Amino acid sequence: MIKEITIGQYYAGSSPLHRMDARMKLLLTLAFMVVIFLCKNFFSLGLLAACAAVLALLSRVPGGMLLRSFRPILMLVVFTSVLNLLYTNGADTHPLLELPVWRWTLVITREGLFIAVFTTVRILCLILVSSLLTYTTTPSMLTTGLERLLSPLARLRVPVSVFAMMMTLALRFVPTLIEETDRIMSAQKSRGSNLETGSLLKRIKAFVPVLVPLFVSAFRRAAELAYAMESRCYTGSGTRTSLKQLRLRLPDYLAAFCLLLVMAGVVALNRFFTAVI
Amino acid sequence: MSSVIECDKLCFRYPNTAKTAPPALEQVKLTVERGELLAIIGHTGSGKSTLVQQLNALLKPTQGTVFVDGKNIWENKKTVREARFLVGLCFQYPEYQLFEETVEKDIAFGPKNMGLEADEIKRRVCRAAELVGLDKLLLKKSPFDLSGGEKRRAAIAGVMAMEPQVIVFDEPTAGLDPRGKEHILQMLLRCRAETKRTILLISHNMEDVARLADRVLVMHQGKAAMHGTVEQIFARAEELTEMGLTVPCVTRIFLALRRMGLAVPPGIFTLEQGLRELLRLAAESGCAL
Repeated sequence: MIKEITIGQYYAGSSPLHRMDARMKLLLTLAFMVVIFLCKNFFSLGLLAACAAVLALLSRVPGGMLLRSFRPILMLVVFTSVLNLLYTNGADTHPLLELPVWRWTLVITREGLFIAVFTTVRILCLILVSSLLTYTTTPSMLTTGLERLLSPLARLRVPVSVFAMMMTLALRFVPTLIEETDRIMSAQKSRGSNLETGSLLKRIKAFVPVLVPLFVSAFRRAAELAYAMESRCYTGSGTRTSLKQLRLRLPDYLAAFCLLLVMAGVVALNRFFTAVI
Repeated sequence: MSSVIECDKLCFRYPNTAKTAPPALEQVKLTVERGELLAIIGHTGSGKSTLVQQLNALLKPTQGTVFVDGKNIWENKKTVREARFLVGLCFQYPEYQLFEETVEKDIAFGPKNMGLEADEIKRRVCRAAELVGLDKLLLKKSPFDLSGGEKRRAAIAGVMAMEPQVIVFDEPTAGLDPRGKEHILQMLLRCRAETKRTILLISHNMEDVARLADRVLVMHQGKAAMHGTVEQIFARAEELTEMGLTVPCVTRIFLALRRMGLAVPPGIFTLEQGLRELLRLAAESGCAL
C-alpha cells in the first residue's frame, strides 16, 4: 500500500518539454498558472485548456499517467463544483432546474452551472500544467533550476545553495525511507503487530514500533551521509560549479514567446466577450 | 502429518510491476518436514525472501496455496493472524526493528501481541534470551545501547519468544564479525537441539549450509530449481555455478583433485569430511602427515 505514494514523479523521455531548460519551465509554469486565473470567460479559458492539451501531447507522457495525477484532487473538484452549482444565485428569473427535496428546493441556475464548469476546468488545467512540469523534469533538475532562479537571493545572504542541497537530499531519501518503512512494517507485522485494523487511536499506537526504528535509521543514515559528504570536502559555503549546466536555447525563448502570445490572446478574449466569473 | 509447511503451485507477482516482467515466484512447490533444517539458497533477487514472506502471510500469493500445520493460512482473517505466530520470520538485519525502551520489553512485543498472560510472557522472554545467549543484565538496558552482535541476538530473541513452530532466518549472520557469526550459528544449532523447532535458513554461505542443513532448496529466477539433501544438491556443482551460486570451498578443492586423477569421492562438503579424506589418502600413499 505504501508503494503507491509517488513523489517526484518523473516520466523518462526526450520530448521537447523534457529538453527545455528547467528554469524556463519553472517560470513558464508559474506564468501559465497566473494566466489561468486571469481568464474571465469560456473563450479565454478554452484557449488555455487547448494550450494545456497541446503541451500534454507534446510531452508524450501517457494519458493514463496524466489522469492518475488528477486522482488525488478529484474529491476537491467534485466538492467545489457541487458547492458552486448549488450556492450560486442566478440573475435570471428562470432557473434551469428546480428540484424539491423534502422541505427544501434545490435550485440550479445557469450561472451556477457555468461557474461550476468554469472552476472545474480551471483546477484541472492547473493540475495538468504543474504535473507536466514534474513529469518532464527530474527532481534534481528541478532543484537545480530553483537554485539558479533564487541565486540572486544569495547576495542578501540567503543560503540558497544549502537549501537546494537540502531539498535534493530530502528528495533522494524519499524512496529509501519508503522502502525502509515497508521493511520495518513487515518485520513488526511478523511479530504480530496489527497495523491494518482497529480504531484510529489503536492504529496510531500500533505505528510507534514502526516510527521509532524508522527515525533511528533516518538519523543513522543522515550521520553516514554527512561523513560521506565531508570526506569529499563538502562545506556549506563556497561557490561550487554544477555538474548539470543549464542553458537557455532557442526553443526556450520560443516557448516564452508562445506564452506571451497566449497571454495577449487571453487578455483580448477577456475584452471581447462578457465575463462569466 | 509430518510436514509442517506445504506450498503448492505458489505464484506471486509484486503489484505495480510491469506485466511483461517475470513474476517473483513461479509455480513453487515446497514441503518442509517437521524438525528439519532447510536451507534456501539462491542468487540475489531469485525470490528467496519473497518466498519466506508467503509463509507467514505477509504477502498474499497471486496463485497457489500455503498450508502451515495442515491449515490453509489464507482461509480467513483468523488463520492469517495465526500464521504470523506459527511461522516466525526473522528478517535480514533484524536489529533495525528494535524500538522499545528496554530489551526485555522489546522481546516481549511478539508474545504480548499474541495476547499471552504476563507470567507466560516473562517465562518466554527469559527462555528466548537464554537461547540466544543474551546476558540477564542486558535485559534492562535500552536496545540502542547494545553492541551490534547483541542487538542482532536481542532481535532474534524477539522472534523466538513467540515460540513459533517454524523459524525463518533470512541471512542471520550478514554483516557480523567472525565471532558474531559463529555465535549466531551456534545459537541456531542450540535452538534446534533444545526446542526441536523447524528452521528455515536463507544463506549465501555454502560452508554454513553444508554444515547445518538437512536439506537444501535452490531458488532460481523465482522457481524452485532444485530441492534435495545437501549431498544431492552440492553434487550438481556445475548447475549451481550456472545459477551464479557455488559449492563449498572444500568441495571445489576435492573436485579439482578428482580432475587431477586422485581417487577421492565427489561428495565432500565439510572441512571435517575433507580432513578425514586427506588423512586416508595420505595413509594409503604412505606419506606421514
